[in-house]
Amino acid sequence: MTEKHSLTLTVNGQTRRCEVEPRMTLADCLREKLDLTGTHLGCEHGVCGACTVIVDGAAIRSCLMFAVQAAGTEITTVEGLADGDELSVLQQAFHDNFALQCGFCTPGFLTTAETILKENPSPTRAEVQSAISGNICRCTGYVPIIDAILEAADRRRKGEK
Amino acid sequence: MTASSPYIGRSVKRLEDRRFLTGTGRYIDDVKLPDMAVMAIYRSPHAHARIRSIDLSAAKALPGVIDAFCASDITMALPLIPLRLAPFKGFERFLQQPIARDKVRYVGEPVAVVIASDRYIAEDALDLIEVDFDPLPAVTSVDQAASGETLIHEDAGENMGTRYTVGRGDADEAFRNAPYTRRERFTTNRHGAVPMETRGMIAEFDPDTPLLRLHGATKVNFFNRRHLAAAFDLPEDAVELIETDVGGGFGARGELYPEDYLVPIASRRVRRPVKWTEDRRENLTATNHSRDIVCDLEIAATDDGRILGMRATVQGDMGAYVRTNGGVVASKAAQFLPGPYRVPSFSCDVQFLITNKTPVGTFRGPGRFEANFCRERLLDMVAADLNIDPAELRLRNLMEPAELPFRIGELVPGDVNATFDRGNYPSALNRMLDEVGYADWKDRQGEIIDGRAHGLGIACFIESSAAGPPETARIAVAPDGSIEIRTGASSVGQGTETGLAQICADYLVVDIDRIHVLHGSTTLVPSGGGTFHSRNTVMAGNAVRKAAEALRARSIELAALRWNTDAAGLEYRDGAVHRGDGGESVLSLTELAAFARSRGPDEALAADAAFDNEGKLSYSYGAHAALVAVDIATGVVEVKKYVLTEEIGRALNPAMVQGQAVGGLVQGLGGTFLDHMVYDQDGQLLTGSFADYLLPTSTELPEITAIALEESPSEFNPMGFKGAGEGGIVAVAAAVGNAVVHALNAHGIQINDLPITPDRLRAALRAAGA
Amino acid sequence: MKPPKFDYFAPDSIESALALIREHGGDARFLAGGQSLVPMMNFRVAAPSALIDLNGIAALRGITVDDNGCLHIGAMTRTREIETDTEIAAANPLLHAAAPSIAHIQIRNRGTIGGSLAHADPAAELPGIVVVCDAEINVIGPGGTRCIAAKDFFEGIFSTALQDGEMISEIVFPPWPAGRRWAFREISRREGDFAMVGIAGWFDTNENGAISAAGLAAIGAGDTPLRLPSAEVALIGQAPGDAVFTNAAAAAIDDLQPGSDIHASAAYRREVGGVLVERVLKTAWQRPALEATA
Repeated sequence: MTEKHSLTLTVNGQTRRCEVEPRMTLADCLREKLDLTGTHLGCEHGVCGACTVIVDGAAIRSCLMFAVQAAGTEITTVEGLADGDELSVLQQAFHDNFALQCGFCTPGFLTTAETILKENPSPTRAEVQSAISGNICRCTGYVPIIDAILEAADRRRKGEK
Repeated sequence: MTASSPYIGRSVKRLEDRRFLTGTGRYIDDVKLPDMAVMAIYRSPHAHARIRSIDLSAAKALPGVIDAFCASDITMALPLIPLRLAPFKGFERFLQQPIARDKVRYVGEPVAVVIASDRYIAEDALDLIEVDFDPLPAVTSVDQAASGETLIHEDAGENMGTRYTVGRGDADEAFRNAPYTRRERFTTNRHGAVPMETRGMIAEFDPDTPLLRLHGATKVNFFNRRHLAAAFDLPEDAVELIETDVGGGFGARGELYPEDYLVPIASRRVRRPVKWTEDRRENLTATNHSRDIVCDLEIAATDDGRILGMRATVQGDMGAYVRTNGGVVASKAAQFLPGPYRVPSFSCDVQFLITNKTPVGTFRGPGRFEANFCRERLLDMVAADLNIDPAELRLRNLMEPAELPFRIGELVPGDVNATFDRGNYPSALNRMLDEVGYADWKDRQGEIIDGRAHGLGIACFIESSAAGPPETARIAVAPDGSIEIRTGASSVGQGTETGLAQICADYLVVDIDRIHVLHGSTTLVPSGGGTFHSRNTVMAGNAVRKAAEALRARSIELAALRWNTDAAGLEYRDGAVHRGDGGESVLSLTELAAFARSRGPDEALAADAAFDNEGKLSYSYGAHAALVAVDIATGVVEVKKYVLTEEIGRALNPAMVQGQAVGGLVQGLGGTFLDHMVYDQDGQLLTGSFADYLLPTSTELPEITAIALEESPSEFNPMGFKGAGEGGIVAVAAAVGNAVVHALNAHGIQINDLPITPDRLRAALRAAGA
Repeated sequence: MKPPKFDYFAPDSIESALALIREHGGDARFLAGGQSLVPMMNFRVAAPSALIDLNGIAALRGITVDDNGCLHIGAMTRTREIETDTEIAAANPLLHAAAPSIAHIQIRNRGTIGGSLAHADPAAELPGIVVVCDAEINVIGPGGTRCIAAKDFFEGIFSTALQDGEMISEIVFPPWPAGRRWAFREISRREGDFAMVGIAGWFDTNENGAISAAGLAAIGAGDTPLRLPSAEVALIGQAPGDAVFTNAAAAAIDDLQPGSDIHASAAYRREVGGVLVERVLKTAWQRPALEATA
């Protein structure tokens, strides 16, 4: 049973099929089997948050979940956040606030922030700071990321999509 | 360019962002080539040991393993990883071969390589490798290294990488009759760049063509290419270093490492592309560490606090080998000890000790972070001893504009011309003091508010930028009107593409949306200087400016041909060439590009340029202040507010400059409180994961004010730029250390060692009876 | 950092999970949230031959308050649910208040209370809470069901009273009296890190205003979470107040058995453990006032 399992996942609204060993992490499955390389590996032990994806609405560390565990779930990765060519309000807010430099941690922040804002559309600055404390950035010093998330919340409350 | 430049000086949104926001960036681990195999490295579990035997047979027999090798399987002469910067005499005895042969000298040193169909199998194979080690005693401190009791490189006969003395004036004379002297010992914590993306590369080595193509290179690709070509006995033009997107560098990524040789060797052996990606556990032992300094610092002054001289010993813990730029750390620590102050006499004994730890290289503000901590802490002690306000003491000693430019003396061997350029250090300090409300705080040091002791600490710094070889650029206009910049500089995430496009857009007077930028790869331009020492804006930026100016001239030439007229009567204006013939004929860049192409398939509207600042470094300078609140009972420190000023000459993109300052500051807070590579006495790295090696997160943030001053444009390039990548980090430990001491002034605590932890503070407070 | 090979099973009932672990023997492990086990597997310091995934077993979930006011929490309840569930907030506010200190949101979205207890990290929050609350841990295994008092559950670092083949099915918290004061404080290097030392505490007062019952537990100050009986004894019968709390804190220090590591020395944990006891008691005493402004 260490041999490959046939796996069907729903990723970014699409049904995807692949064959995986049980030990293949969801992160590696996305990156290697499904060619969705936007989800990044920063530590592979659940600390840095670069691998964060949304599984059934919850932000989780895809390096700590095996792909076989994701069968039957709905997964959203960074590739699924934009609407075609149009950046989401959150992505646009990151761009407008210079909330990324090297971009490596960015997908994990975006997926995490999407779930934060869904649960709490009007977070305070302190709530945002705490909610993203499980994502590490080495470049920006976090300030513009927090600004961007608050601005996205504000824009959404004003009715932007 | 004038104040009305549409792009230079504006916070233009970044060209790079879209691909990163949509997850379509291409970092090295995202790259997949046909028929690609994957490599993993067996790394030494011992800090110091002889290798008796290596058995790869079980590893090779594992299904899915393609090959495995160790030093004895490699037929080529194994090169030594060269020195790129600070190549001091003596270091040549301590260079690293890409793979261990008879001996291992640090935990993490490569011993064997496995090549397999995927990383999972490769790691299974690593578990099957059997190596018989004879452990030796580990050398884990500079004192132990200096004693020479255990030699790490036997042939060298010592563990002293090299040692020299530098100075200016007559330090012994300055101390001889000085009314006041004080001497202290400081230690700084070993820590490092730790970017979010670990290293990686893919090698495609076809010995028949021959062609060695390396993907995942960055920082100093042309230098590396030269050395890798020589190492593999190939002509330089048979070696290509391809730069992909890079997840942060901070000084550690892009230097030559053992893997840069091992991956090509692997590819040549299996005749397939081979990928190696460093995982985080490897990264923490295999990528350069930094900042590990012991400094004995002594100051002589008059009774009213005017510095007469400084004397110091700087001991840098280099780790087990001297890597490409390892010497920079301690040498720059020594050079920057006097800082922006009037220090007529200075003498420093600089020692580079070899230990059984990961080798050391540069990390953002190398040597400066350490030097500023030592000197600024000592200055605060002087201020307290002589009953002078700390800010006043600094104002008394900062060099004045009239004293600049100032030749600082040969404070690094061979660097005889180092000169602080014009500037106004007191002004930057005063601006900071004003901004942070120093006048309100100076008499409130130690005040208890909401149960916590508050303190405000300050520090001044000076920082150089833009060293190194010339940088190149090529600008070409395509017949469809798009404009391509190619540069030998690299991007490690700092917004190189945007910055260069801004300059090009202003000088060509075109819309920035027409421009795209290709960077770093050796296939783009014939030569390049690379990206380090915050040099991109100055070096690559000016190369782009010159190329744009050359392109304007070229377009006039082409227009003259097109119109069959004299170039003298033509003018470049608003992105086109104009002929004042009454009818106002205009040829756009797009039309001229099409015209060029029509003249022959190799014709183009393009221009190349190089910028060489002839080693004339520009110096940014400024001051930091930290306001802290200390919970005396628990030793927990909160940095509530942080203000810094940084004179950067001219801001190319203010938002990006701000990003560098804030990002550097937060890294500096990490280096002050959290980041620490801790070794036990057997040379085992105890902080081998992110559970124990701690990086700052979003909840450890003060209220930040970072002010970029543009009062003193660099006179060494017409756009006035200085580098702005490191000023945010270099004085953080200094300012925070001073702040905590002020907060705890009722208890007389000194802070001489980094990091500042609750445990250490409580130990100090307990000893002081608190 | 790829994990070694293992067989994988995803049963949908407790019975089949127990049968699978019996069948696959000593090297098989249950997989709960995976937030502690999978990093160990990625580092290859854990190499189970088989993983029996509990995430599909509905019977292991659920939060209910029974007629006696006891709070029943299924072992596979996510820490994030504990953080957000309003029933838990009412039925055990101390448990509810400790949850946000556990790591970060992404970890809490997968990590489970059963997994945390079975993992038994001495610095983890949930073991400390179950110990201070005198919770009962319901266990099911080849020998049937049994109930282990929290104080008997933790035996050492990463070591519990669970026998081979047993799993936690449910945690039961005793009723929470209406006027109970409580607080939780921990000191960690960064928000979300394991505690260098942490204190969870509660006390009840009688109609005379004297403390009639008290519970104090420390995490990060021993091989297991530790009740602090010396401090509890020092509180009983006393009227709450600063001097009483200071006294109890001084007594608590004797109950601590901390070790040293790179983050904090034993001396630090002992000393600051005492400081936190005092702060917890003071905050607990102000609890009604705190509630009023919330």
